[in-house]
Amino acid sequence: MAHVEVRDLTMAYGDFVVQRGLTFTINRGDIFVIMGDSGCGKSTLLRHMIGLQAPQSGQICYSGEDFLLASETARAARLRSFGVMYQQGALWSSMTLSENIALTLEQYTNLGDEEIRELAAIKLALVGLAGFEDYYPSEISGGMQKRAGLARAMALDPEILFFDEPSAGLDPLSSRRLDELIVELQSSLGATVVIVTHELPSIFAIGTNGIFLDAERRTLVARGTPQEMLSAGGDPKVRRFLTRGEMT
Amino acid sequence: MSFVSIQANTQMSSSCTFSLSRPEPDVLCLRLIGTWTVAAGLPVLTDVQAALKGMARLRFDCHELGGWDSLLLVGLNRLRRETEQAGVLFDDTDLPDGVRRLLQLSTAVPERQGSRRETVPVTWLARIGQTAQASFAGGRALLIFIGEMTFSFGRLLRGQARFRSADFLLILQQCGAEALPIVSLISFLVGMILAYVGAVQLRQFGAQIFVANLVGLGMAREMGAMMTAIIMAGRTGAAFAAQIGTMTVGEEIDALQTSGFSPIDFLVLPRMLALILMVPLLCLYADLLGILGGGFVAVSSFGLGISQYYDQTIAALSLAQFGLGLLKAVFFGVLVALAGCLRGMQCGRSAAAVGDAATSAVVTGIVWIIVVDATLTVIYDILGW
Repeated sequence: MAHVEVRDLTMAYGDFVVQRGLTFTINRGDIFVIMGDSGCGKSTLLRHMIGLQAPQSGQICYSGEDFLLASETARAARLRSFGVMYQQGALWSSMTLSENIALTLEQYTNLGDEEIRELAAIKLALVGLAGFEDYYPSEISGGMQKRAGLARAMALDPEILFFDEPSAGLDPLSSRRLDELIVELQSSLGATVVIVTHELPSIFAIGTNGIFLDAERRTLVARGTPQEMLSAGGDPKVRRFLTRGEMT
Repeated sequence: MSFVSIQANTQMSSSCTFSLSRPEPDVLCLRLIGTWTVAAGLPVLTDVQAALKGMARLRFDCHELGGWDSLLLVGLNRLRRETEQAGVLFDDTDLPDGVRRLLQLSTAVPERQGSRRETVPVTWLARIGQTAQASFAGGRALLIFIGEMTFSFGRLLRGQARFRSADFLLILQQCGAEALPIVSLISFLVGMILAYVGAVQLRQFGAQIFVANLVGLGMAREMGAMMTAIIMAGRTGAAFAAQIGTMTVGEEIDALQTSGFSPIDFLVLPRMLALILMVPLLCLYADLLGILGGGFVAVSSFGLGISQYYDQTIAALSLAQFGLGLLKAVFFGVLVALAGCLRGMQCGRSAAAVGDAATSAVVTGIVWIIVVDATLTVIYDILGW
């Protein structure tokens, strides 16, 4: 079942076209990997999908509804069904971890203070940060900030979770634990996951679908599971990328 | 499918509820009914707590559970705490798969010992002590900073200090030429205010002409330097603190250090030099504009002639009077740069800390300016200047 459909999307900064003619579908429950070489516009695509940037042309539909043409209220409702984990965590530095998670809950739900506090505590426990409710983001390590960012992204039980380079800057074990966490949360909550990454182990471990963006040709050159992209007959550049240049 | 989307939540307002039964004498079965979601809210669970007494096991019946989200986890978490306290077995086998896995995940990483914050009440005596210690530490940091600045000036004189001349010129422009409009406005208005305050009194003795002396001396010796310094503290001091503070947050200061540059030489020295050069120049400009402002009031409201006011001002002022004001301006330049750069370098590593640094730079700068101004005025008086 198609959850997200992107049709003929062209992204540009002024006259400089980053990517053109992007057409792909993300199914409900996918762990969808957006990969590509540095500077190809992976993060830019993510920013377009979550409405932070407007495309030059093209369509982005969620559950069949056009996201870009939607009314202000429909768009706001749609944004509430997103959870976004930013590259550097992007936790609000003047709030504790608990307050970071509670903010949207206070804004968009009718729950009482006690329930919000417990909900925030559970979200933190899910990412392995039990007991860190009253810490400020500057007081915890980078890896913990990322996990706290994930907890905040899950605050409203989103339908779609977006991750921008979740494992960048993490050690291999933490990176792997984060991957496992993403898979576990995905299957338990039934959410759709969209990940921008170029970490090969992550791509193969968790990706169930994906696209490859090429910086030189400025469009997507491969789609499907990572294994399909790697299979014989695939795009040579994609195969080189997925094997760290060992297969030509 | 157990997952309920946010959209569905907002549409479904049907509430959640539960019923209790005892399939066996010592087993309590909680039947979850309806949708247990954030939108629906959590029912009161005190009945369950009461019914747990004397039970050996709590199990669940989810056949009538419509949908769930994190709120169900909150409810189950509460029940699990209750069962632990009552010594009852929490049997999660009949819960939906996703719920069971999430519950397990939330307890997979046990709380790290001692990570939770304990808030210990502080007595007033301890608070006084902490404040005193903090002030001593602040004073010490200031002295260290002044010491480093002195060394840095030494390196400058020996030609060893390294900073980019392009940076220096940019700072000169930002805190010099770009400050002219605001300095013009403020000093012209201050000159006008001085003239009004003085002339209204002097007119009672028919001595309006002395308003020229009052405005001229007031601007040259005092107000020109002070108003310029306060403008610079608000404008440039805050900018220095925010800029250096942001660099601290982004590890740029660390990068300078590891690349072999002294952050003091590279960042603080050019700013200090720029203000030492520019504040006196702006002060001179402010003196002129202030005298013009006073003249405008004297001529337009108190019937003095333009040449009369001009002659009286020339007679009242000597070059030395301007010199005294300029000397103050040099001190003020140092103080504004010191406050801005010190607070920037002391900045913590968050966005909020940058805001605090900028605020503190302005407050510190203005306090220092007034204190030093008063001190210099007393010294001038003792020396008979």
